[in-house]
Amino acid sequence: MRIGHAAAALTILAGIVPAGAEIATAQRKSGYDFMARTTQAMQDGDTSNPGMLWVLDGAALWDRKAGAANRSCADCHGDAPTSMKGVAARYPEFNATLGRPINIEQRINLCRADRQQAKPLPYESKDLLALTAFVARQSRGQPIAIAEDEPTRRSVETGRAAFVRRQGQLNLSCAQCHDDNWSGRLAGNPLTQGQPTGYPIYRLEWQSLGSLQRRLRNCLTGMRAEAPALGAQELVDLELYLMSRARGMPIETPAVRP
Amino acid sequence: MAARALINVPPTAKRGEIVVIKALISHEMESGFRPNAVGQLIPRNIIKEFVCTYNGVEVFRAEFFSAISANPFLSFTTVATESGTVTMTWKGDNGFFATESVAIAVE
Ligand code: HEC
Ligand code: HEC
Repeated sequence: MRIGHAAAALTILAGIVPAGAEIATAQRKSGYDFMARTTQAMQDGDTSNPGMLWVLDGAALWDRKAGAANRSCADCHGDAPTSMKGVAARYPEFNATLGRPINIEQRINLCRADRQQAKPLPYESKDLLALTAFVARQSRGQPIAIAEDEPTRRSVETGRAAFVRRQGQLNLSCAQCHDDNWSGRLAGNPLTQGQPTGYPIYRLEWQSLGSLQRRLRNCLTGMRAEAPALGAQELVDLELYLMSRARGMPIETPAVRP
Repeated sequence: MAARALINVPPTAKRGEIVVIKALISHEMESGFRPNAVGQLIPRNIIKEFVCTYNGVEVFRAEFFSAISANPFLSFTTVATESGTVTMTWKGDNGFFATESVAIAVE
């Protein structure tokens, strides 16, 4: 009956917090800041953070030749700590050829398909999560730096419209929880601001690594709204809006979340 | 991909010092109680035993059961007695076996 709790908690919270405002820059907080000290310690240690298991797998895949081209990522991109530093902090990024923003998983799969001439990796597959975690790990500590050009801005607006739109059987918007009530709690757990700083994350509830889109689909299901399929443009636009909302916050990949 | 383990043993320690050892391993720890999409139970696939030896002498052992989380993480202590090797092994269902060794220097 989690949904029931959600609706009840919101009814209580709705009366006391002014609605409709974006979070001020100085007030932004990562999900990390809301976690128990033990969970923070788990994220902080490279030998206690389970996400590092995927990063190690990703490092092995980086060096492995694949596809008809028989090339590895390393053959073209060389040393990842140098070539991939700060890259994940820029994604989703507008892709001029495709005429739309693509997320980091889709960027990696473009190289799989076009450069390695291999089959794209399925969303949430172990290998795609591992490569994504490895690439994004190279941006740890780097500030999120979504571009400010015109086509990017248009997609950010589309994402923001989805963020503030009430939807689903509970008639909720993302903003009602993550902008208006982030200091509150939902069924005992902190709501948080929904900042996308640590993806892919190791979520204790999943007992696995998972992408930002998986997390967004979780929230949409909780709102009893229709969750678009993994890879859908609606989800990429939401990711882009969340990343632009988090501009300047440091990347934590692989983060641990409850 | 084969199981990956991340272990943390301090590379150096003073004789008599209590050192913390940490061990994390990738394993799905399928409990044996979950049904699949067509209602059949997914067979149990867990790690059953973890042993840590220090220069061949067992210093820590743990038994795992179905309720242990995926990718289990252990943290325990031992007393640094002499320079040598700390070895950890994990054994489980379907012949699962993984081992890692690391040197410790004791002054
Ligand atoms: C044959 C060479 C080649 C291979 C192999 C290759 N890439 Fe690329 N990659 C490129 C080029 C060239 C670009 C520049 C963008 C483009 O495609 O126009 C690029 C771009 C990227 C980017 C975006 C960089 C940015 O600054 O935005 C990422 C991330 C990336 N590749 C990851 C990978 C991964 C992971 C692999 C292995 C699965 C891989 N690439 C394999 C050539 C390659
Ligand atoms: C009923 C309240 C509620 C609504 C509505 C909601 N969420 Fe969440 N969201 C949560 C809770 C609770 C969590 C888990 C705690 C946390 O990490 O914030 C969460 C987590 C998240 C996270 C992960 C944050 C992190 O630290 O990794 C993101 C991102 C997110 N939500 C985005 C969204 C988006 C986008 C929507 C709209 C499609 C949405 N949420 C709608 C309650 C909500």
